[in-house]
Amino acid sequence: MFKLIEKLRERHSEILVLFLILATIIIMISAATGGRFLRISFLRSLAFQLPMLGLLALAQMGPMLTGGIDLSVISIANLSGIVAAIALTSLTGPQAIIVAIFAALLTALAAGTLNGFIISFIGVSPIIGTLGMMIFLRGVALIVTRGSIIAGFPENFLYLGNGTIVGIPLPLIIFLLVVAVFAVIIAKTPYGLSAYMIGSSETATKFSGVNTRWVIFRTYLTSSFLAGITSFIMLTRYNAAKAGTGFSFLLLTVLICVLGGVSPEGGVGKVTGLLLAIVILQVISSGFNLMGLSSHLASALWGVILIFSLFLNKLMFSEGRGST
Amino acid sequence: MISTELLKRTEFYLLIVILIISAVLSIVTEQFLTFSNWFDLLRNNSFLGILALGELVILISGGIDVSFTATATVAQYIMGIVISRYVGNLFLAFLIPGVVGVALGSVNAVIIFFTGVPAVVVTIATLNAFNGFLQFTTGGKWIYNLPGSFKNFAGINMLKISRPDGWPATLSILVLFWVGAILITWLILNRTTIGRKLYAMGGNTEAARRAGFSIFRLMIFSYCYMGFLAGLASVVQAMQTQVIQPNAIVGRELDVLAATVIGGASVFGGRGSVLGTVLGVLLLAIVRNGLILLGVSSYWHKVATGMIILVAVIVMALQRKFRTESTA
Repeated sequence: MFKLIEKLRERHSEILVLFLILATIIIMISAATGGRFLRISFLRSLAFQLPMLGLLALAQMGPMLTGGIDLSVISIANLSGIVAAIALTSLTGPQAIIVAIFAALLTALAAGTLNGFIISFIGVSPIIGTLGMMIFLRGVALIVTRGSIIAGFPENFLYLGNGTIVGIPLPLIIFLLVVAVFAVIIAKTPYGLSAYMIGSSETATKFSGVNTRWVIFRTYLTSSFLAGITSFIMLTRYNAAKAGTGFSFLLLTVLICVLGGVSPEGGVGKVTGLLLAIVILQVISSGFNLMGLSSHLASALWGVILIFSLFLNKLMFSEGRGST
Repeated sequence: MISTELLKRTEFYLLIVILIISAVLSIVTEQFLTFSNWFDLLRNNSFLGILALGELVILISGGIDVSFTATATVAQYIMGIVISRYVGNLFLAFLIPGVVGVALGSVNAVIIFFTGVPAVVVTIATLNAFNGFLQFTTGGKWIYNLPGSFKNFAGINMLKISRPDGWPATLSILVLFWVGAILITWLILNRTTIGRKLYAMGGNTEAARRAGFSIFRLMIFSYCYMGFLAGLASVVQAMQTQVIQPNAIVGRELDVLAATVIGGASVFGGRGSVLGTVLGVLLLAIVRNGLILLGVSSYWHKVATGMIILVAVIVMALQRKFRTESTA
């Protein structure tokens, strides 16, 4: 019973810390911009920008829950986007979009299969296995594009990232749908439970009869699939595909997960925390942009916020421990 | 038996792979097996080589560091401002980056120790923080007007071998810093108690703690040493390019990590050697050099690097698997 109360407090405190950080930042930015920040137009641009980073962070979350990491998410999103871009520019008519989507998702799944195989069946450590894949896929993207930019996509495809349905940006709808499905999978299915358990103790999970290799394999496959979905939003947002796009987001995805309460050692983390962390980061980045401040300062601030929240969580956590 | 002991060593296989690739390149290209090519190769990889040694020490101790590129950039920039604007002193050019590196390294160690959060996450955060603040305060401006002594020192050659075409092959003094870092790191890891303690801590932190080692001091040591080498490497890099760019180094952290891991260091801690790390750096360097000499488009370099990493880690993982299965 005590343990239950303690657990609730712990979880509560983490979400609370995130809410406090978010509220402070919103108040500060609103004050600094004289309320410009809270206008509908700004909030809408926020809603258009948030899904890309959000999906990438979601792709990072699964591997981190199992105690791993996927350094190749951006490479996969990048390469899938390039494959889609080639299909879109070389084919014509409505079937081009369908072919592009299938080709991109297949590329992502192929990369995910390779990741999963190397990590779960051969036993390479996730950090190194996905590092190798990251560099390899980045190279493939360079060879395929010869370093050039692919641009000029059909209008109906661009609608995917720029259109709205009853005033709500389409990418946000896609993002929320994916988040909902993902949340249900990790919270309500046996697979999700196994993934959390592996993060807590892989050996114990294995001995309790779970096929851990298969679960880990599926985790990396899912991560790549999410990266594949992100590639469409990336394409429509930049209206171009190029090897190396978005690499600055890689470490940010890990940062968002940790800020959102996903334990880097695995086993702990909720989608709600992740969502809050994504909003915090996007608000800072868009707010700084609005105030005309350097994006570098925003990136520095992300690092500081992460360290700050780590210390804060540590303080609350050890306090809870001490009371028993 | 020496022979069976040898067959278990990652370094042995690396050496064989390097020899095979070198033999092929020597036959296929004329330039590969020349003094000037090798001297250039050593000079161009001193920077990466020094950083890889720092990462080795961290990996052995059971940690990981991806923030050292930001550390190096900050150290280099502060040094650049001081020697270009205030005192163009060569001694300061080495002292400042070392001190800055050690300071930023201790920041990493303190945060990792007191939060108990895995090093990879903490150093990602400090990478962002250090680099973000530097880019913001400098506005990305380059420093060109480095003093003459700085330029002259970088131009010193340790060896000069004359060639028929009149352009002698020269071995830059910058390579000496790599050699020095190799010797010091080797001494620390193999001839001091700190080295033994680092291996023990990486192998099993809890056991090391119970044996009475101060985990905090060992962490401070390893991250400060990494910081120090990052500072040293940043001077070597600045001397090589003779210009200080705030965006030249960040982004190469994973290359360094890859070279160290190919050399047999384990991200789980407790394993790795100086020889392996040097060979890992050399393998990647030789492959890159070979591709250039063969006239292969530079687009292929990354694919080749990625393939080498993947093959190396897969072979090592399989080896580990068979070994544990045969002992079980």
